[in-house]
Amino acid sequence: MSHTIGIADVYIFVLASFLGFLLISRVPPLLHTPLMAATNAISGIALVGSLAVAGENYDMITNVLALIAVTCSTINVVGGFLITDRILGMFKKSKTESHQQ
Amino acid sequence: MNLLQLCYLLSAILFILGIKSLSSPETARRGMNLASLGMLIAILGTLFASHIVTYKWIIAGLILGTLLSLPISLWIPMTKIPQRIALSHAGGALAACLIGVAEYYRYRSNLSPLSMGIISIEVMLGALTFTGSLMVAGKLHGTLPARPVTYKGQNIVNLSLFVGMVLLLLYLILYPQVNLLFYTLLSLAFLFGVLLVTPIGAADMPVVIAIFNAYGGLTGAMMGFMLGNRIQIITGALDGASGFILSILMCRAMNRSILNVLFGAFGKLEEDAHQRRAATSQYKKEPQPITVEEALPFFDQAKSVIIAPGYGMAASQAHHALREFVDKLKSHRINIKYAIHPVAGRMPGHMNVLLAEANVPYTDLFDMDEINAEFSHTDIVLVVGANDVTNPAARHIKSSPIYGMPILNVDKAKKVIVLKRSMNPGFSGVENELYVQDHTWLLFGDAKDSLNKLAYAFKRAWNS
Repeated sequence: MSHTIGIADVYIFVLASFLGFLLISRVPPLLHTPLMAATNAISGIALVGSLAVAGENYDMITNVLALIAVTCSTINVVGGFLITDRILGMFKKSKTESHQQ
Repeated sequence: MNLLQLCYLLSAILFILGIKSLSSPETARRGMNLASLGMLIAILGTLFASHIVTYKWIIAGLILGTLLSLPISLWIPMTKIPQRIALSHAGGALAACLIGVAEYYRYRSNLSPLSMGIISIEVMLGALTFTGSLMVAGKLHGTLPARPVTYKGQNIVNLSLFVGMVLLLLYLILYPQVNLLFYTLLSLAFLFGVLLVTPIGAADMPVVIAIFNAYGGLTGAMMGFMLGNRIQIITGALDGASGFILSILMCRAMNRSILNVLFGAFGKLEEDAHQRRAATSQYKKEPQPITVEEALPFFDQAKSVIIAPGYGMAASQAHHALREFVDKLKSHRINIKYAIHPVAGRMPGHMNVLLAEANVPYTDLFDMDEINAEFSHTDIVLVVGANDVTNPAARHIKSSPIYGMPILNVDKAKKVIVLKRSMNPGFSGVENELYVQDHTWLLFGDAKDSLNKLAYAFKRAWNS
């Protein structure tokens, strides 16, 4: 918590939100479920914050809280990417069209 | 700029490329591989380039998390995807919430008002998203009653709880050291998540899942602000934007305002529906039932068939049987398309995933806007477990609770066959005008069962 929140962080948040709106508006409804699975996997980045807290070894209470946080975010990262790939792997073109290619 | 920041920058770029790739099913898979590479870089960078005193908690968490993630990603059937996504929203929110608690516990004696505000918002949003998403998962899985549970004064209770939390939050910003208040806020937020979802029925879950997706993203961004971790700010913003866009799209597809949804007035619609049902259910005609044998000749003459699937298809696991029947139709040169309503099913895109699982090529799947003009020159529409999204009353009966909701123009087709379990009205409680039209026939029974019989009868008729 040594960090102070700077205006640069707010800039990053605002610009990333705009970028997110632009990119996600272009995702077709066909892929809305994999989109949710994918953003879920990516939001597992909370893992890096949890790792930092778990690695500090401050005391038992923070260690246990961080252990749960690391476990939950690992589930989201590993499970999220696996299931996104599994879903996307099921989306296939029709056979006739793929023959033409 | 140190090595860790460089890693994070690289993973931010890869995440953005990954999300960009989701604009087409052809690039999506490769793009997500890039995103997972980005994740690996961020994790390895954190493990090796930041100040870590001990690895034992980290290793335990990583192993435990990986083991637990396997069953809910590799072996879970696609019909259970909505509750699985809701569970992972709960997990992500819990992680952010607990890290917020850990940071408060450790630094509470010297927190600036701004930091305290950020931590409080993070913990509050994280806690309510955690319990709220668990409720969503429970309702979708059938562990909890799927119907809306309402009581008198519900909105007042929820609203006062919310105001209470905001007041606590403001007080904490002024006096961060008051431990008791912080943990009270945490408990109230856990409670609020439960109460928020209690009045919401299972059919409204596409909106609710998307909203918790947005809250989860916002929680992640707050965690990024708190830890000064910019990759988390960026990812949280992307995740939040995604959830927000999806909730707007889902609201639009149900003709509800986002405010209506955000303030949790969900229960109201169903109450109204029951009151109005009496008024709208005065049919002059009876629906026409049909048997498999009687339905079969319809397909002899047909050149084009559109399938309109709904949650009933998922509930009876009929998607594989449907594809087998459709294969038979296709082999007789009947042109097949699937019409997908945005809120068919229990989460955004649910129908597409189920049909893809049953090996339906995605080139046969069409969004409502793409296909609505085609119904009028289609020979047969086969409705599989969809109800409210096909009800023509949404166009012209102003008193109907679903008035104004965009629907599939199924009624405009030359013939309509509806696979239906019983004559019970759909989720909204409104009776469906489609069923009493002259050119609509109802094939009663379990959808999967009916489709199997249709496929069998069709094969026999054409082979003889």
